[in-house]
Amino acid sequence: MSMIVSSIGQGLLWAILGVALFLTFRILNFPDMTVEGTFPLGAAVTTATITRGVSPFLACILGFVAGAVAGLLTGLLYTKGKIPILLAGILVMTACLSINLRIMGGSNISLLGKQTIFSNHFLESLPKYFDSVFVGLVTVAVITILLMLFLQTELGQAFIATGDNPMMARSLGINTDSMTIMGLMLSNGIIGLGGALISQSNGYADINMGIGIIVIALASIIIGEVVFGELTLNQRLIAVTLGSIIYRFVILIVLQLGFSTNDLNLLSAIILALCLMSPVLGKKLKLTKVLAKGGLKNAK
Amino acid sequence: MQNKPILSLKNIVTTVNAGTPSENVILNNLNLNVHRGDFITVLGSNGAGKSTLFNTIAGNLAITSGQILLNERDIAKETVEKRARYLGRVFQDPKMGTAPRMTVAENLNLALRRGSSRNLTLRHLNKHKSHFKELTSTMSNGLNTKLDVATENLSGGQRQALSFLMAIIQKPELLLLDEHTAALDPKTSFQLMEETNKTISEQHLTCLMITHHLDDALKYGNRLIVLDKGKVVFDVAGPEKEKLTKEQLLSFFNDLVEV
Repeated sequence: MSMIVSSIGQGLLWAILGVALFLTFRILNFPDMTVEGTFPLGAAVTTATITRGVSPFLACILGFVAGAVAGLLTGLLYTKGKIPILLAGILVMTACLSINLRIMGGSNISLLGKQTIFSNHFLESLPKYFDSVFVGLVTVAVITILLMLFLQTELGQAFIATGDNPMMARSLGINTDSMTIMGLMLSNGIIGLGGALISQSNGYADINMGIGIIVIALASIIIGEVVFGELTLNQRLIAVTLGSIIYRFVILIVLQLGFSTNDLNLLSAIILALCLMSPVLGKKLKLTKVLAKGGLKNAK
Repeated sequence: MQNKPILSLKNIVTTVNAGTPSENVILNNLNLNVHRGDFITVLGSNGAGKSTLFNTIAGNLAITSGQILLNERDIAKETVEKRARYLGRVFQDPKMGTAPRMTVAENLNLALRRGSSRNLTLRHLNKHKSHFKELTSTMSNGLNTKLDVATENLSGGQRQALSFLMAIIQKPELLLLDEHTAALDPKTSFQLMEETNKTISEQHLTCLMITHHLDDALKYGNRLIVLDKGKVVFDVAGPEKEKLTKEQLLSFFNDLVEV
């Protein structure tokens, strides 16, 4: 039971990354590698400031700001520097490795004995693992609702149009460069916030904690899409969170099968690859036919 | 009777791939004055510079030299986004003019704010729905029943009709139509062309229309120009254009090729 609650808590906290990546991967239509750097950056800034006595709440905001600044850099390299987006993201991600070491003053920081966002009476009174469920749920709900509202504004619509058809967007007077930069800042800011919360949930920040992040975040998006199919934009945003929880369950099952946590990145990659190939695999293996047949047999 | 031109192109030179071995001068000292209310059909063989002319006016291509005056103000340095304030444009490819995953109403709402700043106010789709409905029903192709459908699910004709509506929903100073009916079947193409003509005359729009159909070029508009090797080589208007026949145009084109 506690493992299930823990998985839901992790799923909710990590869903923040999926929702953030949705902005660039699904709306702007490009993969942003910066996130592998901004996730530990957010964690580094937050843990470093908390250990220096800054309030955990303010430290989370600083984590967001640090992520947004990294997003701004990627955006400038891409739009003004004309560097392909994949490379621009990798450049900033790589630069973040050094920055993070400087901020942390070493390869990891422990929050043992420090005040974090999880150290308050209410959260400590909850049963084990329910604190991350609560914090994850509140954060991901607030972010999702704010994003839904934002996407319904005139600015949000211009942002969607930029990803959908940049040529048309420009001919309607939308500054696509600004929209792209804004999207990268917002996305990486939220990733930074995710890093801030997850490092506090884990109780430490580590220089290598960003490795494989993009795959996990993408997995939440893709699993949500594969499982729930055709949805409206708002529903798709919610599906990301559900996808993230499903992903945690899959990981839980796989670990129960006897794989070690060292295999996690390999497993994440395999899960994501299978999900991405699901349309092709579905056709090749005639899965839908088999399923339909099975359904008929069962009906009889 | 003609007062100052709305658009004036002076000695425009547009070069693509400048500084590379494939450098190519497309517009070569082109001069053109467009007056308010002009509906100009633009003819020319492939590579004559028709699309480059539009890309130059709209700001997608920077000019090498010359002046682009809109209401006597030089706009040559302005970006595409800035020029969107005065220009409406419909592309040849139905996929280019609309945002595929957004609905018809969302696309029209985007076009309603063409050239104006976009802020954090909520869009009011419902407020505009009746306006959108009325506007799309003029197209009589079922677009009015599909306001909440993503444009990727529309037929090519519907998409192109939508692109046209998006270009004129905010009256543009200048409308650029780049073979906007070329990708459609004959019947749909004819319908859209008739609707285009009606709208342009009713709203007194100023329009440049590229076409490959000599019949259309003769039938529509009050002025006809022919582009060749980056220059305007033929320019007729009014009664002179009305007297022009397809045979005369064809022989004119044959002469061009021989030179």
